[in-house]
Amino acid sequence: MNQLSNWIARGLKLTGLAGLVLLAACERPPIDSVQHGFRGTGMAQVYNPRLLAEKTALNQPPAVQPAASSEGPKAGQVYQNVKVLGDLSVGEFNRLMVAMTNWIAPEQGCAYCHNAANFADDSKYTKVVARRMTEMTQHINSDWKSHVADTGVTCYTCHRGQPVPQAVWFKSAEQPYGSNFMGDKAGQNDPSPVVNLSSLPNDPFTPFLLEAKNIRVNGPTALPSGNRQSTKQAEWTYGLMTHMSQSLGVSCTYCHNSRSFATWEGGPPQRVTAWHGIRMARELNLEYLEPLTPVFPAQRKGELGDVAKLNCATCHQGAYKPLNGAAMLKDHPELGRKSADPKAALTDTDVAKVAAALPAVVK
Amino acid sequence: MAQYENLFTVVQATGPLHHGVPLGQGNSPRTGEKPGLSYLLGKLGNAQIGPIYLGGLGLASLIFGTLAFNIIGMNMLASVNYDPIQFIRQLFWLALEPPAPSNGLALSPLNQGGWWQIAGLFLTISVLLWWARTYRRARELGLGTHVAWAFAAAIWLFLVLGLFRPVLMGSWGEAVPFGIFPHLDWTAAFSLRYGNLFYNPFHALSIAFLYGATLLFAMHGATILAVSQYGGEREIEQIVDRGTASERAALFWRWTMGFNATMESIHRWAWWFAVLCPLTGGIGILLTGTVVDNWFLWAVKHGVAPAYPDVFPAVIDPALSLGVK
Repeated sequence: MNQLSNWIARGLKLTGLAGLVLLAACERPPIDSVQHGFRGTGMAQVYNPRLLAEKTALNQPPAVQPAASSEGPKAGQVYQNVKVLGDLSVGEFNRLMVAMTNWIAPEQGCAYCHNAANFADDSKYTKVVARRMTEMTQHINSDWKSHVADTGVTCYTCHRGQPVPQAVWFKSAEQPYGSNFMGDKAGQNDPSPVVNLSSLPNDPFTPFLLEAKNIRVNGPTALPSGNRQSTKQAEWTYGLMTHMSQSLGVSCTYCHNSRSFATWEGGPPQRVTAWHGIRMARELNLEYLEPLTPVFPAQRKGELGDVAKLNCATCHQGAYKPLNGAAMLKDHPELGRKSADPKAALTDTDVAKVAAALPAVVK
Repeated sequence: MAQYENLFTVVQATGPLHHGVPLGQGNSPRTGEKPGLSYLLGKLGNAQIGPIYLGGLGLASLIFGTLAFNIIGMNMLASVNYDPIQFIRQLFWLALEPPAPSNGLALSPLNQGGWWQIAGLFLTISVLLWWARTYRRARELGLGTHVAWAFAAAIWLFLVLGLFRPVLMGSWGEAVPFGIFPHLDWTAAFSLRYGNLFYNPFHALSIAFLYGATLLFAMHGATILAVSQYGGEREIEQIVDRGTASERAALFWRWTMGFNATMESIHRWAWWFAVLCPLTGGIGILLTGTVVDNWFLWAVKHGVAPAYPDVFPAVIDPALSLGVK
């Protein structure tokens, strides 16, 4: 009898151990389910309050500097080589420069972008990039309201106090192993965090956020009518969608109708916002980031020599709205409109006159 | 104290070892002339191990099966640069992928689906040979061929997924990869591509038979275990000559649900439920993409998918609007 209970005890211990091993990859409860659609249709969002609290803490906006007066001389008149924000007053301009330092390079300070001896100098690549990124921010806020609405974005939306945003992507190199003979992974079958450790194609960004490959795989009719999208193509779309779901911390039904992922009618309106977001990411990668390739030094580039590019996670960082929807743009209206071309407002003689009058330290 | 009493857990029969029926012409000699006894295996099943009949079909099946298994395994190993540790760590993610859809039904270069084609061919040959073996062995023993036909139902689904449907679709790229997670992701992508497989009525039938088969198995297993103390596990005898075990089991189900299967018919129920699961599932897969392109729209068209009240503001596909980027 004793021997039997020993065996049972051992068996229970072994079962418990095996159970722990099997559950090791699982998320610890509790799990909250929030209905997001008509009852009984499986339209639900799943949240873990413990993880949500961590995520919320990571998505807090920084303190706002008090607004500066728009009176007084313009930055473009006072400073040299101001190409984008020249129509701001000197006070507004300096307030933004301080904010940008806090948002992007709080440890490195002004000298991260500026030549300390001559702030107007463009010799540091970071300054050239920062100028272009300012234009990009203004472009997003004025031309992509379909995605960012009036909440808008600032440098902090992506940078979060780091010179390089946490979530950027590079083109993946050719499979570095195997040979031409066997072992081709076909761009998938790798436990990649991009696709939430699934075996789906793990660079969905190149075809969809750089090139404009077809994301839609469903046919528009019940019976076949010429839709030649394959199941393999569906896997690529699935990879992109998994990235979006991960980046926003939501499940498929946040945007999609649970009954038919392709159907727009009766589905959540968030999908329209996401649709514009895909196009926005693609345009920004093509128009703003890729053209900066010659500007960046090699250590900032990927293994294929391509520039860091953005995807949904770059801004969202796990939140359904970046910074959980905190509107920073209202405190920085200068990032919400395109700056008037300083050259149009000032003649060359003006520039020369202003430059001559400047104290040496500003130059 | 209550005691659990029945014949097959308390007594391990170790009578004279059984060598089977005399074999006719054209049969190879059995492997294992001296069958062994295993007490531990006797806890789970019959204590007698062997004799095994391998024969020409079995040997050929094993050879082709081993070739396919090794082609798949070597491709997985090559994909992690022949690193045995990474091979084990990433095993569930690794796969041998079919050719790209653009290759159609052509023979593909080895590393672009060619290995998949070879492995698939060998695996198909292996499975078909093993089927022939189950058929031949049943006949040689003077049995019915129920096992072979049940196995054929599974082979039907296997061939629909990897052969019949890809051929009808005109592309090997429509077939399933060999791999643990990759074939699961493929399944989800397949449903996404063809407008939600849950609206495929044959998928629904297949699920009904799948769950039905497990339910029947649990009901039957429970019934027989419950009456084993009356000799109920000797089912064949109970079929011919109903004893108290059979009567009690039948009465239990009449009491609880008003109807009972018989000692014989329950096995037909179970066999058909199990066999119809891959049979209907295979039909559903075969129709997908070939006859029906979007199951949700098909279900709407035929009044299967109900309309639900709108809970969101109206949404229009932005790609249809003019002037949108």
